[in-house]
Amino acid sequence: MELSPDQIIFWQLGIAKINATIAYTWALMLILVVGSHLITRRLSATMQRSRWQNLLEIIVTSLEQQIRDVGLQNPMPYLGFLGTLFIFVAAASLTTILPFYEPPTASLSTTAALAICVFIAVPIFGVQQQGVAGYLKSYTQPTLLMLPFNLISELSRTLALAIRLFGNMMSGSMIIAILVSITPFIFPIVMTLLGLLTGIVQAYIFFILAAVYIAAATSSSSPASIN
Amino acid sequence: MLIDWFTVLAQTVNFLILVWLLKRYLYQPILDAIDAREQRIASELADAAEKQQLAGQARDDYQQKNSEFEQQRDALLRQATAAAETERQRLLAQVRTAAEDLARKNQLSVKREQHLQSQKLSRLVQTQVMTITRKTLTVLANQALESAIVAVFVKQLGQLQDEAKSSFKQSLFKAKNSALVRSAFALQDTEQSMIQQAVNHCFSAQVQLRFVTSDQSIAGIELSAEGQLIAWTIESCLDALEKHIADRLASSAPVSLTAQETTP
Repeated sequence: MELSPDQIIFWQLGIAKINATIAYTWALMLILVVGSHLITRRLSATMQRSRWQNLLEIIVTSLEQQIRDVGLQNPMPYLGFLGTLFIFVAAASLTTILPFYEPPTASLSTTAALAICVFIAVPIFGVQQQGVAGYLKSYTQPTLLMLPFNLISELSRTLALAIRLFGNMMSGSMIIAILVSITPFIFPIVMTLLGLLTGIVQAYIFFILAAVYIAAATSSSSPASIN
Repeated sequence: MLIDWFTVLAQTVNFLILVWLLKRYLYQPILDAIDAREQRIASELADAAEKQQLAGQARDDYQQKNSEFEQQRDALLRQATAAAETERQRLLAQVRTAAEDLARKNQLSVKREQHLQSQKLSRLVQTQVMTITRKTLTVLANQALESAIVAVFVKQLGQLQDEAKSSFKQSLFKAKNSALVRSAFALQDTEQSMIQQAVNHCFSAQVQLRFVTSDQSIAGIELSAEGQLIAWTIESCLDALEKHIADRLASSAPVSLTAQETTP
């Protein structure tokens, strides 16, 4: 039994390879993009609209409201990045019920990639809002002595993001796989339902933490103050 | 090794591509649709507010016009009532005048009818009196009424007062001594001769008489010249009698009434 879908390799040339993580990510991306396009190509601006449009509007407006609640009063610049984080992780969590499919977030490489994206996006958004000097100055708050601790905090929280998501997703998949092999059918189903719930919760936690980091970076307070 | 750095790089790129694709195919269309709907709702609300304002204005206009209409109606009603009252008064006055005219005409007509009946009655009385007198004279005195009338007329001429005589004489002079003798019956030659002689003697002149018969009178003889008239007719007798009775009734009505009451 593989611990990570990275170990399932479909094609390799040197260091370049196509493993299950990448392939399943493409499949998930295809489903998300094509599904979105099919729904949004016939949007209605009237009071009469389809159920799918209602679903997407609820998701998008809820994400927008959540970002605003975190403290980003203008959520539009962050909606694309943060919303995609949530949708991708949540959709990956929902795919755990599919047979012969490994969620890409069960790979530490994927969660690390997402965490790195957050790690890079936070200073970019911070610099956009406060400028380079303003953003760098925030690392010396409240005193210059706090600079190393702020840097350590920045790195550690990125690592924590990646490990937390990976651990939860991987453990859920592993538990289901183990239970299917040693117990009757009912108990794995219950655990699968629990896994779906924890997956959605993890997606929400990942999304909220990323939003909080960006909110901290775009405000005048120190980014290390929120961890 | 749990982390494959090529996979990390690939997943990073995949995620960024997914961010771009979802921005293009999910967030932007959905937000555009929401914005369009909000604009549509805002415009509909503005339109509804405008329509509400217009409806309020229309309601105010209607109420004002209704009030004006009621005022005009009341004013017209008052004018019509006043005009009807005026017209009623005018028609009443017109009817009253017409009724008075009609009553006056009726009164005149009644008077005229009374006069006509009175004349008829008078003529009938005259005729009856003459008939009775004629019979009485014939039976009792063996004398004709017409001869008696001529005799009385001749006698009256003889007893004519001087004033009347001179007045008639002047008329005779104006008429060049010609006069007209009108009688209700045809005069015989002897009677005409008696009258001729009496007239000549009365006025001391040779008067040229012209004798005509008239059915205007029942009995009697009239001598006329240039408007002057000397008459001895039953009408003048009855007129004198009627006048005498009327004078007596006017002066002593209670006495007459008493006399009538005491008469068995």
